Amino acid sequence: MKALLLSCILALFSIAAAAVIETYQFDTPLQQQRYHAFIEELRCPKCQNQNLSGSDSAISKDLRRQLHSMIMDGKSDIEITQYMVARYGDFILYRPRFSSQTAVLWLMPIGLLLLGSLVWWRMASSRKRVQLPVDEALSQSDQERLRALLDDDDNAERVEERS
Amino acid sequence: MQRLKLFLPLLVFALLAAVFFGVERRVQTGDYAPTDLPSALIDKPLPDFVEPALSDGRPINKSQIVGEIFLLNVWATWCPTCHFEHPFLLKLAAEGVKIVSIDYKDDADAAKRWLAEKGDPYFLTLFDEDGSLGLDLGVTGAPETYLVDAAGVVRFRYQGALEKKVWDKEFAPRIAGLNAKDSDQ
Repeated sequence: MKALLLSCILALFSIAAAAVIETYQFDTPLQQQRYHAFIEELRCPKCQNQNLSGSDSAISKDLRRQLHSMIMDGKSDIEITQYMVARYGDFILYRPRFSSQTAVLWLMPIGLLLLGSLVWWRMASSRKRVQLPVDEALSQSDQERLRALLDDDDNAERVEERS
Repeated sequence: MQRLKLFLPLLVFALLAAVFFGVERRVQTGDYAPTDLPSALIDKPLPDFVEPALSDGRPINKSQIVGEIFLLNVWATWCPTCHFEHPFLLKLAAEGVKIVSIDYKDDADAAKRWLAEKGDPYFLTLFDEDGSLGLDLGVTGAPETYLVDAAGVVRFRYQGALEKKVWDKEFAPRIAGLNAKDSDQ
């Protein structure tokens, strides 16, 4: 059991091992932090859904190298983002800026949430309406039918006891 | 009415199926390639550059290639699709289409040998050894072909091998359009 647990925990770490290992030198921990933040946030243009840190494609390598040299040159985050977007468009940003083209991406979740709550609200309110009034007095004929059924049951029980 | 509501899921299914089928059809006919990345350079001027020529290493800048409509073809000897597209480029060049090329992240000797053996369709070949010009153009791989107008503005980018079908559908109408606009002015 312990061994199984241990292997499960170890398996969690294998994801980190799959990330690309490159040795770039930085002067300050902040530069390194910014580099890692960028390669997590920037998307590989050649791949469909991988960030720069996870991709081994040639273009990702180039972009990582470019990113490193831009950080070492003291470029600001905004300058780096602008540089990347000017070349690869909004696609490269995992968190695209809000524009007419990306509006659908940003607004769709809110729209779907509203739609969902609307449907839920309509269903809840219609269920309330459908609920029948329960404590309505039974009509004369229903009363008689009920009594007959109950009597039937009583008779049946007596028959069972006797046998 | 309540009865009809039961068919709502079926209706949704039919609608989605129709949409997916339509997209799949467009993928199959080549009208839509989901992996193609729209170029950020469309309708923007070609970025400035100074890059050595493959043939003799003399520095070439943008003003030396801009002036008339031309194709900017990104290729490399390591790129299998470039082998496939090469004969069509030779044909285009023979028809008088000006093609400038970028030898992208390649080995200079291998590239020279390629052009010597297979024929050289290019007006000029720039040697982009480290991929820096490719980066400025937003190249994601080879082959890619840009259509640049007489003013040096990028009008279209195609990712993948050029062939007759693509040429007739994507490039020829655009070039005709650009030519018509030029003659108007």
